[in-house]
Amino acid sequence: MQGLVPTATDGNMATEFHNLQELRHSASLANKVFIQRDYTEGTTCKFQTKFPSELESRIERTLFEDTVKTLNNYYAEAEKIGGQSYLEGCLACATAYLIFLCMETRYEKVLKKIAKYIQEQNEKIYAPRGLLITDPIERGMRVIEISIYEDRGSSGSSSGSSSVSGSTAR
Amino acid sequence: MSAVMITRKVRKWEKLPGKNTFCCDGRVMMARQKGVFYLTLFLIIGTCSLFFAFECPYLSLHLSPAIPVFAAVLFLFVMAMLLRTSFSDPGVLPRALPEEATFIEMEIEAANGNVPAGQRPPPRIRNVQINNQIVKLKYCYTCKIFRPPRASHCSICDNCVDRFDHHCPWVGNCVGKRNYRYFYLFTLSLSLLTIYIFTFDIVHVVMRSVDKGFLNTLKETPGTVLEVLVCFFTLWSVVGLTGFHTYLISLNQTTNEDIKGSWSGKNRIQNPYSHNNIIKNCCEVLCGPAYPSVLDRRGLMQEDPLVSATCAAPASSSSNPVPQTTKTTAPLIPNEHTPDEAKPGIAASAEKTPSPKEEQPPDTKIPPLATPETDAETSIAKDKTH
Repeated sequence: MQGLVPTATDGNMATEFHNLQELRHSASLANKVFIQRDYTEGTTCKFQTKFPSELESRIERTLFEDTVKTLNNYYAEAEKIGGQSYLEGCLACATAYLIFLCMETRYEKVLKKIAKYIQEQNEKIYAPRGLLITDPIERGMRVIEISIYEDRGSSGSSSGSSSVSGSTAR
Repeated sequence: MSAVMITRKVRKWEKLPGKNTFCCDGRVMMARQKGVFYLTLFLIIGTCSLFFAFECPYLSLHLSPAIPVFAAVLFLFVMAMLLRTSFSDPGVLPRALPEEATFIEMEIEAANGNVPAGQRPPPRIRNVQINNQIVKLKYCYTCKIFRPPRASHCSICDNCVDRFDHHCPWVGNCVGKRNYRYFYLFTLSLSLLTIYIFTFDIVHVVMRSVDKGFLNTLKETPGTVLEVLVCFFTLWSVVGLTGFHTYLISLNQTTNEDIKGSWSGKNRIQNPYSHNNIIKNCCEVLCGPAYPSVLDRRGLMQEDPLVSATCAAPASSSSNPVPQTTKTTAPLIPNEHTPDEAKPGIAASAEKTPSPKEEQPPDTKIPPLATPETDAETSIAKDKTH
């Protein structure tokens, strides 16, 4: 199972990147939680910040809510209708949208930022707790999928917090 | 074909469910029936060729060389918009993977409680509040998801499409969130092109008839008759369509909503998506952000079954293939964190092979994946919903 996570460029990230690989090797998938979309403000992409009960013993509520709120902010930034989006739209229309063949849209730029953020969150916060967030774009932007891992072996790997009864208050 | 199995890179578009056809290794996405699309192409290219062949030499000499130049620019714009509408992903929502489908089923079962034997379970509807209006989200039995607001299932393409407008056979594709503005610009520019050609055809015939007489003109430029015929019939339909869509855009409605009467008087629900300001509505629809495709068509399928979820960089339709997929087939193992009602479901689902088809044998222990027949609402309204 190699190359599933893009190679980290930062030296610091290398050790935490190791966490993710160890997680996959030593842990088995126990359950998945799906964070649904929040449609109260319309069709703009926003996820519910309600804390799922399955994660109660796994991660602090504030950390989870921060992650979701940051993601929501990113999506709001991508979908914002304002001066920049008008400019992009008009310029693209004037070139019969051929400019999109060479230029990246603003949405795509923000999606890259989101992917980086999710990877960072996984490495720093979620993997040590035996959790893994899937980028919503891989699920059609419908849900944030959080996989819950159960530690297979008793030999301590870095994902020690996934032991059964322990709470992970830090 | 060699006998040795050299692993061929399989791209995700080859395994996508739905009735789409893909070309150029997943870059182009269309509906299956393309006959009418070829007719559209033929009519546009044919009429414009006749115009350039018959009218333009005379008009550029006697009136202005700018006439064919402007016609050419307009023609290129029309073709660009048509191809963009036809070839792009309209906003297809990928189907739920087995775990997500099971999760939703369990939520529904929990919400329904115990249904007495012999009685049909209540229809699968989720109510959400959008801008102080209650909007009902319907469950899609094919895609196994609750459709987001404004999404609808296209029966021709067999996909749920976000902000579904309609399926256009002339364009050979669905019109949805991602390609609606291209479709609108296509109809608008085609109207202009048709009016332009029609006008200059008349001008040309008049000018030439003054010199040589009407019948001689028709003999010299027989193409004119064809062009005028095509333009005359096209005018009524395309200009009407453009006007209709301009009306829809100003109200921020889709054709689908208009036909179903979702926001018209009887239900007393106002359109929760409209800004109640024509300019704002137009700006949102036409100048909004360019949404990315959530269908990863060009990504590579990973055949390794021992996968776990990854946080991959998103793949746009034109980027280099991203070699990741999250096809988790590892069995779900219940632990004490699993909600109680899910335990038998998880154990049973580990036995059966996950499959996205809706017909499931009824003897599995998991909540039977519902079909429209088991649901009270859809069995009545089967014909109406797509």
